[in-house]
Amino acid sequence: MATTEQLLKPITLPDYKGKVDPDWCPGCGDFGVLAALEKALVDLQIHPFNVVTISGIGCSSNLPGYIGTYGMHTLHGRALAVATGVKLANHDLTVVVTGGDGDGFGIGGNHFIHTMRRNVDLLYLAMDNQIYGLTTGQVSPTSSIGMKTKSTPHGSVEPPINPISMALAAGATFIARGFSGEQKHLTELIKQGLKHKGFSFIDVFSPCVTYNHDNTYAWFKQRVKKLEEDPTYDATNWLMAAERSQIWGEVIPIGKFFERNDLPSLDQAEPVLDEGGPLAHRKLGIPPEIAREFVTELM
Amino acid sequence: MRHTFAVSIGGAAGQGVATPGNIFARIFARRGLSVQAYNAYQSIIRGGHTFLTIRTGPDEIKSFGDKIDLLIPLNQDTIDRHLNLLGAGAAVVYNGDTIKPGKAADGVRLCPLPVSQLNSNSRNKVEQNTLCVAAGLSMMGVGFQSLAEVLTQQFKKKGDAVVNENVESARSAYQYATEHFEPFPRPLPMTEKPQAVLTGNMALAMGGAAAGVKFYCAYPMSPSTGVLHWMASHARKSGIMVRQVEDEIGVVNMAIGAAQAGCRAMCATSGGGFALMTEGLGMAAMIETPMVVIDVQRAGPSTGVPTKTEQGDLWQMLGAGHGDYPRAIATPTDILDCFKIIPEIFNLVDKFQCPGIVLTDLLLSEGTGSVDPKELNFNVPIDRGELITAPDGVSGNYKRYLITESGISPRAIPGIPGYTHTVATDEHQEDGVLISDEFTNPVKRREMMEKRQRKVQGIEAAVPPPKLVGPRNADVTLIGWGSTKGVIEEAIELLADAGITASHLQIRWMVPLHGDAILDELRGAKHTIMVENNFSGQFARYLRGETSFVADGHIRKYDGEPFMPHHIVEAIKEQLAGKTKLSVPMHEIMV
Repeated sequence: MATTEQLLKPITLPDYKGKVDPDWCPGCGDFGVLAALEKALVDLQIHPFNVVTISGIGCSSNLPGYIGTYGMHTLHGRALAVATGVKLANHDLTVVVTGGDGDGFGIGGNHFIHTMRRNVDLLYLAMDNQIYGLTTGQVSPTSSIGMKTKSTPHGSVEPPINPISMALAAGATFIARGFSGEQKHLTELIKQGLKHKGFSFIDVFSPCVTYNHDNTYAWFKQRVKKLEEDPTYDATNWLMAAERSQIWGEVIPIGKFFERNDLPSLDQAEPVLDEGGPLAHRKLGIPPEIAREFVTELM
Repeated sequence: MRHTFAVSIGGAAGQGVATPGNIFARIFARRGLSVQAYNAYQSIIRGGHTFLTIRTGPDEIKSFGDKIDLLIPLNQDTIDRHLNLLGAGAAVVYNGDTIKPGKAADGVRLCPLPVSQLNSNSRNKVEQNTLCVAAGLSMMGVGFQSLAEVLTQQFKKKGDAVVNENVESARSAYQYATEHFEPFPRPLPMTEKPQAVLTGNMALAMGGAAAGVKFYCAYPMSPSTGVLHWMASHARKSGIMVRQVEDEIGVVNMAIGAAQAGCRAMCATSGGGFALMTEGLGMAAMIETPMVVIDVQRAGPSTGVPTKTEQGDLWQMLGAGHGDYPRAIATPTDILDCFKIIPEIFNLVDKFQCPGIVLTDLLLSEGTGSVDPKELNFNVPIDRGELITAPDGVSGNYKRYLITESGISPRAIPGIPGYTHTVATDEHQEDGVLISDEFTNPVKRREMMEKRQRKVQGIEAAVPPPKLVGPRNADVTLIGWGSTKGVIEEAIELLADAGITASHLQIRWMVPLHGDAILDELRGAKHTIMVENNFSGQFARYLRGETSFVADGHIRKYDGEPFMPHHIVEAIKEQLAGKTKLSVPMHEIMV
């Protein structure tokens, strides 16, 4: 039971420790994402009991079990739909969604697009390793052309999707790309995403050390270049963001691509939430005078 | 013989069949008469053929009946199709300028209205529909004032001029009919108790509002879309969050998210949409989050016949989602029951923390009926079970899935200090930690499966078993489920007139089924016949699987249209005469 004293106590990293330690492979990029997320939540002094971490299925989707918040480990691809329901039911909660590229851009692609256009106020961390890891190494929606996996033994012939361009097209209001190997930078992006009122999407390169031998830490380290280091870059400029999102090769930009704060999030746009606090804590049922009105309509 | 009166209106989609239908229903209900209406329509926005039947009378009307007293064809096609359904004493009111009747049976009165002449004082052309309604009301012995009130209400948004034109043209048609057409022999009576008129979809939505639903989401799908429409148009007054979602997978998952966060959450769909939801139902069961899904059946499989009714989804409900898990499945028996069953099932699933399914069909959902407004009682008991919504100073080492004798574990919603936990679709131990990946443990797996399944006994005890209505030694015992209650009851009245006694067992809860209680109720029955709106006898097979009970005969219908009372009566007569054990009545009305 949290006492007032406990509630006033500064929040520290041990407050965010989960019931069990991660069972990811040693060296997995997901460790870095979990660490950066915990650090960001502590830096912002958000209480763990006010956070719900929601995931789908996959290696990275095990994350809610490893963090000391409320959590939901849902179905493959469905985390964003579940999270939308949670946020609308209790808009006082901080909602964080975690998952992989297969979960979010493959089986969950439909929800990904629609959650962005609705500008649901949550942080979506996609741990993008360009491979299906938990199923022991098959091609993913972000795998490069030519990548050899168990399901593409002769090399993939399909072009990958571009999550950043997709997010820009679908109307996400905060779009960034991080790298698990750049802890400080990633933590900073997550803090900005948590503070952003609206849908915050961070595509995080989170290398799979077991099944993806193409896109390794070393491969990314040679290529990633921070947008923040370019003084000419303007993250409020959608066209500039669209242009940079297409860059992929010897240089791969990471950082905040785009942010706008002039649009209401879904909970702000929905008049039912204007007064009365979170739905989850409101009195159930219909007041008698309204009920009478509903019946009178039928007479 | 009870006093009933049925009027049928037919035309192409877009010709405005619904409006005169609503006018009749309102006028009848305001007179305190009972009303049932069924619209046979097609999946087309303009064109095709639509045929609406409204039946009324001073006693409770339980189905749309067997015979038409008044036919209002709005086009030539309608009179060509349906004139042959009319028998002696019936009448046809139609636009004499445009419609030419064929050969009618003896004793059928043809009543052409000179529509252009009656419209001559009007600047805008008043719809022939309104004029035919007016003439029909005159012949039924219903005073003009009631029509004037409904027309005024209907057109008031368009201004006084339009109201006056409509009322005056209707008055001239009413007078014309009074002067030229012989009235029906028994004028429609009046009672002191005005009735409310609503569709089953509206009743389901209002039941949700009464139950305290705070989150409703859906993807439009006939014939369940009416629930979404009522919810959307009443959301702000009710404080209900209503969302239209990208697909039914999103729908069920969003509803589960809202439910997990503490709201009562509901969604409605039809069979195809339900198919997409089934993985989500399994999640609700595994994480033990209560929520309610309504499945409004239409004729399947696949896209099937979107505008036609069937009871063909029962096995989909019974088997929805992989793995074993407790669920509740209710099948409301009439439109009022659509309202009443929603708070009941929410209390049940909140207590037992499992998904609930309301299984109904197009006949009820899009059917219109009258109910005593007092029966639409929004002040219903609400029991949320063991739900923790505030810090209580005793949390300590909270275990979301605490193993208990009842199988029910106290459920804390997110945002409460001291209760943080993760719910998971993977198998988990008492504190929510997964046992599925690294720590697979047969002992814990068995414990958790048994914990969840112990809830089944509690659910069974919480719901009353079905009761046989009528004498145990009746000549025939009819067994039906869900929406067939009304038509079976009416068939039983007709059988009594023919000297055949019948008893009736109508199933309202599919899960829990109460198999032993059903066997007790049926013990000693002379001749049992099961009535189902499907091909394979889905309930007969389920009941046999659960209880080994085998009925003596079956009446099934799978042409897309609901049973009419005479279908059941004739089938029983042929079965009692030993002619067959399976009757499949032919639907005579061609739409």
